[in-house]
Amino acid sequence: MKRYDLIIIGAGPSGLSSAIEAAKRGLSVAIFDENSRPGGQLFKQIHKFFGSKEHRAKIRGFHIGEQLLKEADEAGVIVRLSTTVIGIYKDKEMVVRTEDAVEHYKADTIIVATGATENMVTFDGWTLPGVVGAGAAQTMMNLYGIKPGNKIMMLGSGNVGLVVSFQLLQAGCEVVAVVDAAPEIGGYGVHAAKIARCGIPFYLSHTIVKAEGEDRVKRVVISEVDSSFKPIEGTEKYFEVDTICMAVGLSPMSQLLKMAGCKMEDNPIKGGQVPVCNKYGETSIPGIYAAGDVSGIEEASSAMIEGRMAGILAAHHLGYCNEKEKNEQLAVLDKNLDSLRQGMFAPKNKGKKIETTEEEIPVARNLLKKGFLTEEEVERFLRVSPGTGVHPVIECSQNIPCNPCQDSCPNHCIKIGEKITSLPVIDKDNKCTGCGICVASCPGQAIFLVNENFKEGFASVTLPYEFLPLPVKGAKGMALGRNGEPMCEAEVVEVKSVKFYDHTNLLMIKVPKDMALKARFFKADTVI
Amino acid sequence: MNKENNRFQDIGEFIPEPDDNIIICRCEEITKGEIRAAVHDGMYTITEIRRYLRCGMGLCQGQTCSKLVKNIVTREQRISYSDLEPATSRAPVRPIEMKVLGNEIGGTR
Repeated sequence: MKRYDLIIIGAGPSGLSSAIEAAKRGLSVAIFDENSRPGGQLFKQIHKFFGSKEHRAKIRGFHIGEQLLKEADEAGVIVRLSTTVIGIYKDKEMVVRTEDAVEHYKADTIIVATGATENMVTFDGWTLPGVVGAGAAQTMMNLYGIKPGNKIMMLGSGNVGLVVSFQLLQAGCEVVAVVDAAPEIGGYGVHAAKIARCGIPFYLSHTIVKAEGEDRVKRVVISEVDSSFKPIEGTEKYFEVDTICMAVGLSPMSQLLKMAGCKMEDNPIKGGQVPVCNKYGETSIPGIYAAGDVSGIEEASSAMIEGRMAGILAAHHLGYCNEKEKNEQLAVLDKNLDSLRQGMFAPKNKGKKIETTEEEIPVARNLLKKGFLTEEEVERFLRVSPGTGVHPVIECSQNIPCNPCQDSCPNHCIKIGEKITSLPVIDKDNKCTGCGICVASCPGQAIFLVNENFKEGFASVTLPYEFLPLPVKGAKGMALGRNGEPMCEAEVVEVKSVKFYDHTNLLMIKVPKDMALKARFFKADTVI
Repeated sequence: MNKENNRFQDIGEFIPEPDDNIIICRCEEITKGEIRAAVHDGMYTITEIRRYLRCGMGLCQGQTCSKLVKNIVTREQRISYSDLEPATSRAPVRPIEMKVLGNEIGGTR
């Protein structure tokens, strides 16, 4: 039976982060992961993360995964893949299953970082082939290069539903609608705006009542719901689809902790069955810790910090870290974690009706209902500096911990300040040179460069573009508004693809002058 | 989480509902109606439901249906969701072939 100072279950963001923290303090660390690839959910996260620099903002999830793996490897962590922990027993004895055998291990400390599993909702026909979890669809597309389907309906408007819908578009799928029983969009407004301007409609206060088809989904029926979420007769709408993605929440995979004897609780805010833990991840059993989604559904950025906390605790428990260092490090990480748990979408604000932003601006309601800002709402939040040349228009109207735009501008035109949930403000004293770095850096793709005086009668709009095929200079087509409706004819005058932008291309389109604050997406004319 | 199950609570008769034939546990193909009827047969805990019907004992080991089953059972018992003890977690937490289980390395022989 092999013994390790620390065995970590799960090689995702929290597992890898805890391994690095412990291994660099001298512990012998092994990570067991049941998957054949490490990184947990990180490797299918192809979008840029939010947060601040210390939270690895602006970096695509899979790059963060690569960084963590490299650091773990350098620290001497042993990562065993296709190795499933099938049981935790008394005295931290563990039984794992490899491809064809069962092995025994002994740990002095254990960190359970097993993450979560997708929820399902039932409706008539939910067991037909073609009904998949949104996370499963994301894995299919981003890890295996397989389209989950051609015409897709997304159920759930939280961040998973919104982000996966965008990625489905990037993969060449058609997303017919995003449906949610809630009256307002659950995820970030900027994520909703990205898909709204591509023409995807939102059906809020609606639910799926039936999926029809013989050997797979062929049609889906949705219905409006009343305040008790009961379908309202006569409001049925029909869509021809071959796939239904469910993004209806996650549940922690906490069975191993329960088996080990940890005190558990049913906590709906945390996603279900979670171990009873203090804020650093210590369970009711000394030497066993929980980190990441298994201790409460949140995000990768918080999972990484929680992992580091657990790693330090494990080190301290075994005498590899003294009390003073432990307390100092935990205080820093706690502050870091707290800075993520702020703003409109903070766990503490869940379920609360927010009327104004931190800056006392009334919240953009149309964004929450339809997924795009109205003209009036854009004016309300406009951070436009007057001037005759090119200037950024930042369509960011919700307090979210995020500030890559501030650091991105070489002329310091964009200011957020100490409180990273603050809405960005354009510094009127600094001059925009139109370099476009801010446009490429915004993880929400919410920044546009506008020049009302581009040419006689024409304005230019520079927008972020992450689709293939990439339009070429001179391409003609239609500019779409924030709601995805065609607004006017447009021509591509410049395409910028620079390594520094990390695959966010900049498309500069020429539109009639009065469309400068309306044109927000481009659709090339199809060549017949 | 050790709430006593009140088996004397009046939960009424079993009334068939139009969606009783929806499959809830996909692995073992158990329907909503079967789960609801099981409660009226006297199965008041998740452990009993699991042993009576096998929901949660298939290939995914309840990963898909656990929350769904618990919702149906608590609704039928007219208690709140958090009042019902969830299923016991025991090894192996993932399905395992007998030939692998029988190939033990490092255990006592």
